[in-house]
Amino acid sequence: MKEFLTDQLKTQEYFLNMGPQHPATHGVLRLLLKLDGEIVRNVDMDLGYIHRSIEKMCERATYKQIIHLTDRLDYLSAHMNNEAVCLLAEKALNIEVNDRIKIIRTIMDELTRISSHVLWWGVTGMDIGAITTFMYGFRERELINDIFEETCGTRLTMNYNVIGGLRYDIHENFVKRTKDILTHLKKKLPEYDKLLTNNIIFQKRLINIGVISVEDAIAYGLNGPTARGSGVSCDIRKTHPYSAYDMVDFEEAIFTEGDSFARYKVRIKEMWESISIIEQLIDKIPNDEHKVKTKAVIKLPVGDFLQRVEASRGDFGVYVKSNGQKFPERLKFRSPGFANLTALNKMAYGLKIADLVAILSTIDVVVPDIDR
Amino acid sequence: MSYFSDIINGTKTLLTGMRVTGGYFFVNFFTKRDVITQQYPNNIETLEMFDRFKGEVIMLHNENNEHRCDACTLCEKACPNGSIEILGDKAKDPETGKNKRFLVKHIYHLQMCTMCGLCIEACPVNAIDWGQDFHHVEYDRSLLTKVLNKPGSKIMSGIKG
Repeated sequence: MKEFLTDQLKTQEYFLNMGPQHPATHGVLRLLLKLDGEIVRNVDMDLGYIHRSIEKMCERATYKQIIHLTDRLDYLSAHMNNEAVCLLAEKALNIEVNDRIKIIRTIMDELTRISSHVLWWGVTGMDIGAITTFMYGFRERELINDIFEETCGTRLTMNYNVIGGLRYDIHENFVKRTKDILTHLKKKLPEYDKLLTNNIIFQKRLINIGVISVEDAIAYGLNGPTARGSGVSCDIRKTHPYSAYDMVDFEEAIFTEGDSFARYKVRIKEMWESISIIEQLIDKIPNDEHKVKTKAVIKLPVGDFLQRVEASRGDFGVYVKSNGQKFPERLKFRSPGFANLTALNKMAYGLKIADLVAILSTIDVVVPDIDR
Repeated sequence: MSYFSDIINGTKTLLTGMRVTGGYFFVNFFTKRDVITQQYPNNIETLEMFDRFKGEVIMLHNENNEHRCDACTLCEKACPNGSIEILGDKAKDPETGKNKRFLVKHIYHLQMCTMCGLCIEACPVNAIDWGQDFHHVEYDRSLLTKVLNKPGSKIMSGIKG
């Protein structure tokens, strides 16, 4: 019988479409898999399903109007994206913002980072098969979104930074609510460890899955928590401090294993670091203006400008080539998700499809950020 | 050997996790506090939003059905995606005898609006502001195009045209 099977039936590699509407791809991302049985032999990415040509739209928008478009890139780190454009314009126009603006921006950044990582934690659990984590993740996220809604007016696309400061001053309940969420998180994050991190079944799905070495991580240009899981020190908050990050003392979360579990641990540790950053700053908000006066029509001087910030998925950069008009001549966004996705083929080679889903969720892709 | 220790460890960690979920289950079952999921809010009529909530752009009217808009079109120019169209006209002012611009229709396309707030920031006379209504469900896209100035309304006295 066995001889008959080996002689008559041949095995061959085949192609399988994962996406563009697959729930585990976190958006409209199409992966063209070359499979040998269940083993992944090659991963081809097909992008462009939600390409909105935001960079081209920015060339027809004034600098004030560009800010609200950056919300729509990586919507889970909308605040950092806004801040990148504002910092770039402030750097080009030599606008000095006061400490109040800097500190509020930093607190908002870190709240955004926590809310993004909490959502990621829930979704990762769900990708691997634990539905409870999704509910628990959203419980904390709702509380943070309430802070944003009270101060900025919206929950996701905040659009709170403007060139030269902040759109509104913080709400009077802001400090109290932020302190409440910190005590809440400090109670709930150990629960995350009990529920998911220490679970052997969960660990076996992640440990030694999707390993990428330091050399490969640097060669592929990985950034953010994905690269820090491989031991690359690449935190823009440490290397090029902006806003109030030079006033605070925090540790860059680095793990050297390079597997999916290391990337998981980096994000859990980053949440603790964000809590400590907010704790250091929340009582230090000085009384001052929330906005520096700027001209009605903002024109950047002739030249090239670049600003990088650490978004929740990594190094987000804005490059503007200005010809002195009120529109930029050319604008380019450097998004963290695109660089991280390129290493997927390297990480997933020789693994099963279920492992590919685990890798995809620990890279933490947000497709609007990749496609723009 | 590791086969058995894996089973024991797996069960142990699973039970640790289940103590968390089970704790919530029993506490919520008896006390109803710390509820994690909730029903969709059916009290839409009475639901209070935060005072800065960006629901839609509205035009402020006083009790005499007067607004402050003088059709200067600064909000139309500030809008990044063309959500605002202003139809204005000119007429002779009976007091000064000069030609004065007045508002006919302030058309607002809610379906294109991204709630960036640049129009409200640009308005020099605070004629428009954020509304709190968030329940913008319609069967046809064209129903989301609204005229912000109420029928029969006119400009408040004292606003320069």
